[in-house]
Order: sequence, then C-alpha cells, then structure tokens
Amino acid sequence: MSPNRAAEREPTTGELPKARTGIAGLDEVTGGGLPRGRPTLVCGPAGCGKTLLAMEFLVRGITEYDEPGVFVAFEESIDDLRANVRSMGFDLAQLEADGKLAVDHVTLVTGEPGETGDWDLDGLFIRLGAAINAVGAKRIVIDTIETMFGAFSNLNTLRSELTRLFGWLKEQGITAVVTGERGDGTLTRHGIEEYVSDCVIVLDHRVTEQMSTRRLRILKYRGSLHGTNEYPFLIGEAGLSVLPLSSLGLQHPVCSERMPTGVARLDAMLSAGGFYKGSAILVSGTAGTGKSTLAAQFCDATCQRGERAMFFSFEESEAEIVRNMSSVGIHLRQWVDADLLQFHCFRPSLIGLEAHLFAIQKFVRQFDPSVVIKDPVSDLLRVGAEADVSAMLTRQVDFLKARGVTTLFTSLDSDGPSGTDEHIASLVDTWLRLQTTEGSGEYNRLLRVLKSRGMAHSNQIREFLVTERGIELVDIYVGTEGVLTGSARQAQEAREVQDGAAREEDVELRRAILERRREAVQAQSAALWRDFEGEADLVGRSLSNNSAAMNLRARQRVEQGRLRRADSDAPGRGGDE
Amino acid sequence: MTALAGRRTLALQTNEAWRLRLYIAGQSPKSLLAIANLRSLCEEHLAGRYEIEIVDLLEQPTRARSDDILAIPTVVRRFPRPPRRVIGDLSNSERVRVGMQF
Repeated sequence: MSPNRAAEREPTTGELPKARTGIAGLDEVTGGGLPRGRPTLVCGPAGCGKTLLAMEFLVRGITEYDEPGVFVAFEESIDDLRANVRSMGFDLAQLEADGKLAVDHVTLVTGEPGETGDWDLDGLFIRLGAAINAVGAKRIVIDTIETMFGAFSNLNTLRSELTRLFGWLKEQGITAVVTGERGDGTLTRHGIEEYVSDCVIVLDHRVTEQMSTRRLRILKYRGSLHGTNEYPFLIGEAGLSVLPLSSLGLQHPVCSERMPTGVARLDAMLSAGGFYKGSAILVSGTAGTGKSTLAAQFCDATCQRGERAMFFSFEESEAEIVRNMSSVGIHLRQWVDADLLQFHCFRPSLIGLEAHLFAIQKFVRQFDPSVVIKDPVSDLLRVGAEADVSAMLTRQVDFLKARGVTTLFTSLDSDGPSGTDEHIASLVDTWLRLQTTEGSGEYNRLLRVLKSRGMAHSNQIREFLVTERGIELVDIYVGTEGVLTGSARQAQEAREVQDGAAREEDVELRRAILERRREAVQAQSAALWRDFEGEADLVGRSLSNNSAAMNLRARQRVEQGRLRRADSDAPGRGGDE
Repeated sequence: MTALAGRRTLALQTNEAWRLRLYIAGQSPKSLLAIANLRSLCEEHLAGRYEIEIVDLLEQPTRARSDDILAIPTVVRRFPRPPRRVIGDLSNSERVRVGMQF
C-alpha cells in the first residue's frame, strides 16, 4: 500500500485502457490490470480465492488508486465478509464509513418467490445504480452472480436479464469483476463466460505431493497481450500475491563491487576480491564438507563490516548454529545481539513452496539484509517437485538480485551430481564445490571454484581446513606422487624437507673431497715441477760444457791449419765431420 | 413466534385487513399489468379486507436494498405473517393465489 503505487502510470500502449488491481504480480501478468470499464470473470472451484481476489481488487482500488467501489454479495453475509478480510488488514467498515465502499448483500431464497408471468431485474439494476451513485463507484464486484440461477425458475428471462446487466455495466463505464463457480467440464456452472467475454481469469487449487498450490491463469483477455502460463499465487497476510516467473525479467541492476568471502585465500581464488555484490552463489557438497561453516564465515565477515545478513536454516536451530559455529571460532551471537544478523529456522515442509517464497520475501523486505544465506536449498526438494523447486528458486534469485542482495545457497549433493545442482547451476553466478577425498585412512576436504561469472577465477583445487579460527585454505600437494591432502600432504612436505637436508649434506661432502683432491693435485704438481727444474738445470749445464769443448776443438783445428798452412775453407765450421 | 402465530390465527379469524406491498419500477406495461392483476385478485378473494401499498423504486431507489428486491414486479404479503413473495406481472392468477395463500 505504498503511496507511490498510485502514481504509477497506467499503460498507454494504445491498446485497451486498463485498471490496475494493485494485487502483487497480477498487474504484471495482465499487462497492466483488468480491462477498464468492462466486466472480468473470475472463476474457479469453491475455496480457490475468488471472493478474496475480487475484494482485494476493490479495496486496493480505493486505497491505492482512489477509485471507490461497490461489493454485491450473493453468498456471504456482510458480517462474514468483513471478518474474512479483516485478517488481511482490510477494514471494510472504515472504508464504508469513509463513503468509499458500498457493500450490498442480496438475500436469495431458493424456491421462493413464486413466479407468475413476466418480470425483469429492474430491482437489482436500481439497487446497483443507487449503490454506485452513493459512493461514486468506478469498480464493482458481483460475487457470485450464479447464485441467482438457483433462485429463479424462468431461466430464459434470467439469461436475457444477465445480458442486459452486463450491457448496462459497460454503459456505466464501470470496471466489474464477476465471480463464478466452476462447473463439470465447464468454466462456470451456468455458462457465465458467455456474458463476460472481455477477460476471463481462472483460479485453481491443486494438491500435488500433499502440498497444495493455488494457481491463476488468464484464459482470455480480448485486445490485450497477457501471460498465458499458470502462475502460482498465495493468500498471505497482506492479501493475494501472484508470483509470475518473469515478473522481474532479467533487468536487475548489476554491481561490480566485491564482497569479501571471509576467507582470504578464497577471495584470492576469485580473482582477488570475493563475490560480486548482488550475485547468487551456490556452495554444494556432500554431507559434512563444511558448507554451513563457509556460509557462517561469510555471514561473520559481512557483519564485521557492519552490514546485515539473514540466515535461513532448514536443518538446524539458531541455538545449534551459534554453538556449532563458535566451536570453529565463528562467533555469531554478537551479531544477533547487534541486530546485524537474523536467523529464520524452520522445516521447509511446514509450509508450501509458494508460502515459503512469500515468507522469505517478507522477511527480506522487513530486515533489508545485504546477504541472505539459505542452508540448504536441497531440503526444499522435499517440499515440491523438482521443476517447482527450481521455478521457485528462480523467482527467489530474481527477487533478491533485484534488491541487490548477495545470496548464498548451500546444497547437499548425494553421491554423484545432484538434481538440484543442475537446476540451480544456471541460476547462480558463482559455484563453489566442496568435496572430500579418501586416502591414507582419512577424509580430507577440497574446495574448487566450479564457475564464477565475470571474473578470472582460479582453476586450482585447495584443501579446505576447518580450524579453531574458522576456515583456512591451503595448497594441496601436486607432484610426482599425485595429489596429496591432509596428513599425506604433511608427510610429503616433511619428506621433502628431509630430502633437501640430505642432499645438502651430500654436496658438502663432495665439496670437501674435491678440495682435498685439489690440495693433493697441487702438491703433486709442485713435486713434478721440482724434478723438472732439477733436470733442466742438469741438461743446461751439460750443454754449456759441450759447447765450450767444441769451441776449444775448433780453435785447435784453426790453430792446426795455420800450423799446416792449409787454406781454411770454412772458418768456424768445425766439430761435424 | 408462538405469540405471532397466535396473532395470525386471531387476525384471520377477526378478518383483520391483509397488507400487501407491490414493488414496481415506473409506469412500465409490466408494472401496470401487475397492479391491475393484483387488484382484481384481491377483490375476488379478500374483498374489503386488504390494503395495497405500491412502491415505485424509481422514486425510492434505496428501498430496493433495504427491502431486498431484485425482480420487478414483486408483491410481498406483509400481513398476515409470515411474509411471502411472488414476482412477475401476476398474470397466472392460480399461482398468485397459491403463492399468497389467499
């Protein structure tokens, strides 16, 4: 009932003028409301919410669009009607006192009166006319017009009078809602749809897997585009809500701001920043992989920044979560006390899927958190069929994204890829998968980023440790021995340290040996030099002796020649004959 | 109720006047026919001990709601009790007689 809704422009698409109903979601489905100045038939089985839809159309018309209305009740008494809608916050008596609403209960007694001869419904026309004039009505509801078929025996006259009635309503330019009860194989028991041909809305009430869901469908809307699907709808504390899948479309604003995950190394894996604000995150994993802990740590980090978080738990109570998380160093109690964190813990089977969605929307609107945790969404599968669950989650993600709320779902994988994951996978922006590996007699946790839209995320698998200070991520060992985690990883790391030390010793030893060898070689080579030098000295000395002797002999030969008076042919040549 | 029932028998015995009210909407042929038919029937069965009040809803439109009238014409037997109604132009006098229990 926000005041700005009245200011919303009615569609001026050149087609039919429309009257907004103000009923959440119905205006989207009908492309702007019901045909203005024309009658609309709302039909369905007993208890499907026809009267309530019609009443809300009228009340919202008064409170939000300033269009007074008339309610003509053929079935319920005025007092019953007032009491029934009071629970939704509609105060009919006040609206009547304000002169905005006229309620008229028409008493019909079956079998009486007797009929003799010709009659018409001028009495009803005058009655409606008086009520319309009294409040200046722009809208009228006739609930349920078919009751008249039980009260008159001349049905030919009645049918022609009904035709006249709808013609008269159109002449008045009044937007009318007429309700009708579903018949066997026909829309209404007495074929009211023949008279109201502009717009027909069918309500239904079905039970599948013990869960009842109300559905609404626009069967026909002459001269206007309309959604053709069956839309689930709810009757909640604030009236009806139709939940069209495409109500929001894919128009949500995006934000490039990041939100730290609370685990520094995980932020680093998501290209140094964390999740995108307003994105949807799925944390999936088998039982006991630490999904809830990761979610709690994200909550904790959010609250530390002074932002609000809301935790929906379908498995644990608030007290259990607080206790369990403080054992790993995540203290949530302080945030609850500071009004930064709110828990909503309930079994999803308590209420139907639609009611669940509705409840969550209500809580989110009230608390306005920047982070919403749902732990785990796989529990919702117990509530409805898979297709319904995924449709519900789609609507939820749309709703939360439109509000810029960052959402983290956890999901329990059974062995092998679970159905929920496939359904949610395309919905979420970031998907973290937690796994366990078995080896060396122990289970260890692994985390990897399966996908993360719009960021260069890490392809690495990290080991996920739940410590007394929360979650820590460590590198796993990847080497010749394969992928090692846990104590095997630690052992391998120790072994590597040991191996390194041994190698170092070895090198040291070799260096010493080499050094000693160098010394030996040096000593040896010094000895050799000494021998060599001794020898060289010896040789040099003998050489010089030799040449002195030869010189002496040559001189002697020259001397002898001179003595013999012979010609000297080669002076200095001597000693080589 | 016993008091009322006692009064009714008394009324019938003492020939207290019947009180009938006829609702019409303007001077339509149906309305005029109904007035004429009702008068002649009353003359026939209740000569001298009846009153007919005619309410034209075009003149008093709010009475349609307060008196819970849908069809026109409608004749209501206001006395003797309990009230009884017959609708139509009252052209079938036998059905009117049965309906009104003249």
